[in-house]
Amino acid sequence: MIEVADLRKSYGRFDAVSGVSFTVGRGEILGFLGPNGAGKTTTMRILTGFMPATSGRATVAGYDVFKSPLQAKRSVGYLPESPPVYPDLDVTSFLDFCARIKGVKSADRKSKIDRAIEKARLGEVRSKIIGRLSKGYRQRVGIAQAILADPPVLILDEPTAGLDPKQIIETRELIKSLGGDHTIILSTHILPEVSMTCQRVVIISKGRVVAEDTPENLTARLSSKGAVRLEVRADIRVAFDALREVEGIVTVNPRGNNSGHTVLELQAEEGVDIRAATARAIIGAQIDLLSLTQVSLSLEDVFLELTTKDSVAISEVAPAAIFTPIVPSEPQPSADPPPDPPSPVENAGPKETN
Amino acid sequence: MSTFTNIGAIVRKEWQHYFRSPIAYTALFTWNVLFAVFFQFALTYFLEASMNPGGGMGGPPKPNINEWIFRPTLMNMAVVALFVAPMLTMRLFAEEQRQGTWELLATSPITDWQIVLGKFFGAVSVYALMIATSLLNFAVIFYYADPRPEWKPVLTGALALLLMGSCFIALGAFLSTLTKNQIVAGILSFCLFLAIWTLSWLDNPMSSDPVKVLAYLGVTNHMDDMVKGVLDSKDIIFYLSFIGFGLFLTQQSVESRRWRE
Repeated sequence: MIEVADLRKSYGRFDAVSGVSFTVGRGEILGFLGPNGAGKTTTMRILTGFMPATSGRATVAGYDVFKSPLQAKRSVGYLPESPPVYPDLDVTSFLDFCARIKGVKSADRKSKIDRAIEKARLGEVRSKIIGRLSKGYRQRVGIAQAILADPPVLILDEPTAGLDPKQIIETRELIKSLGGDHTIILSTHILPEVSMTCQRVVIISKGRVVAEDTPENLTARLSSKGAVRLEVRADIRVAFDALREVEGIVTVNPRGNNSGHTVLELQAEEGVDIRAATARAIIGAQIDLLSLTQVSLSLEDVFLELTTKDSVAISEVAPAAIFTPIVPSEPQPSADPPPDPPSPVENAGPKETN
Repeated sequence: MSTFTNIGAIVRKEWQHYFRSPIAYTALFTWNVLFAVFFQFALTYFLEASMNPGGGMGGPPKPNINEWIFRPTLMNMAVVALFVAPMLTMRLFAEEQRQGTWELLATSPITDWQIVLGKFFGAVSVYALMIATSLLNFAVIFYYADPRPEWKPVLTGALALLLMGSCFIALGAFLSTLTKNQIVAGILSFCLFLAIWTLSWLDNPMSSDPVKVLAYLGVTNHMDDMVKGVLDSKDIIFYLSFIGFGLFLTQQSVESRRWRE
């Protein structure tokens, strides 16, 4: 449905996008992940025909965006980073204008507007002036505008940015419900968002694709690199001694120590969950356990890892390894320790591509 | 034809912007008040001249209504158009840029030309409404004057005013594409219109050829004949080419912005 091949966009010497390639199948939801300035918006703007690429090829629904821009644009609904709404129009007349310029037939206009208003849950504000609506509603007007003409492809640039948590959840639900009928690319820099809504993820950094994977694989990769943060009320030496018994710990890094509180970061072997065993060992040594949490790598760490040649593990950043257990361990029994932190990613959408 | 539908959609939207904001009302009000003032002055002069005992039999010919009232009023309004046109054009593209709605237009299945023409006709139609409402002032004369004045010069004069203002609107639209800030666009437009207007002062028989060329570009000169009731194709062609050139610059600027973005 969407094919991007070796796309490049240069501003003088600076390459905003340098050789991005990916494809998106029909009905698929692709997450486009990257820090600010990675080239997400630029890539999306090229796909929507907002601006031409310096070189490379992009086709949307079979139309080349450079050679047949009008057909390509007719197949795409686009929500830019800030919703493109006229503050002086009311919601219905704005959508009516959009329907006209998007070439919706006059006979279908009313029903399509009603459908978009219903899907974006704008019913109660349909005759309000957009300038008086909250940010969340404006964002929804932007989404309504994108889905209005029922295009096969939707390109959503940070659809949840600036929304409150409830609105974020609603917007994600809406996007998920649009998948299947529509092929969707959505950009974000929020990792859980991708795992909740997308079937595939393209990570882009400094204008290049640095990883392309399913959210499941990506998360697995992350949690295996994750560390456990432990806070105990004990002297650091005492805590070390207790942890000596736990299998699967590779390194222990002190992260803070004041007035009897010790914070440690434990690096586990890949694929080993050390939380339960750690909790037992600490309790068993009569030490007060204050907290025990899985430290999932932040997106910045992922980028750091994906964009530099040598992966940077936490232990290398702060090489204060105290000891290494001699016996390599097996996976721990999965008894739940009392302060069980939720796993960083709860659900990943069904993985199905045509 | 989808071309006309698209242009129509833009015109319709521009009207909504003009009439949901104070712009249209301010422009209509200013225009009509100034028109009434100039009309009143012209009428007073005319009445004084008619009362002049020197007039009548044997003396100088009786003052003519077309010459004494309609013509000066319309010529004065040409100068007013110079002030009012930036009000109509400064926001055309600058505001779309600032609001981020340009991204909506630029990614919709509609060509740059359709956007440019839609915006141009949107502004021109508001301007035409201004002229139409103000012409009601003349209705009084047609009702009471005896003998009836000629109506043809009024129509050609109104057409001249419309064409001349459209030149300003086309040029103002172009200047609005150059910036995100509509105040900047407005000031630039006003200065340029003023400069173009002063070009017409250069028009006198004594001036050298290059100066005559410059004077030729002064848009108000070309109104003279039309206001007198003479429709000359060279004036019409001048105005239409001027408008065409302004719109071409606008479209080029819009398109080049895609490459610069």
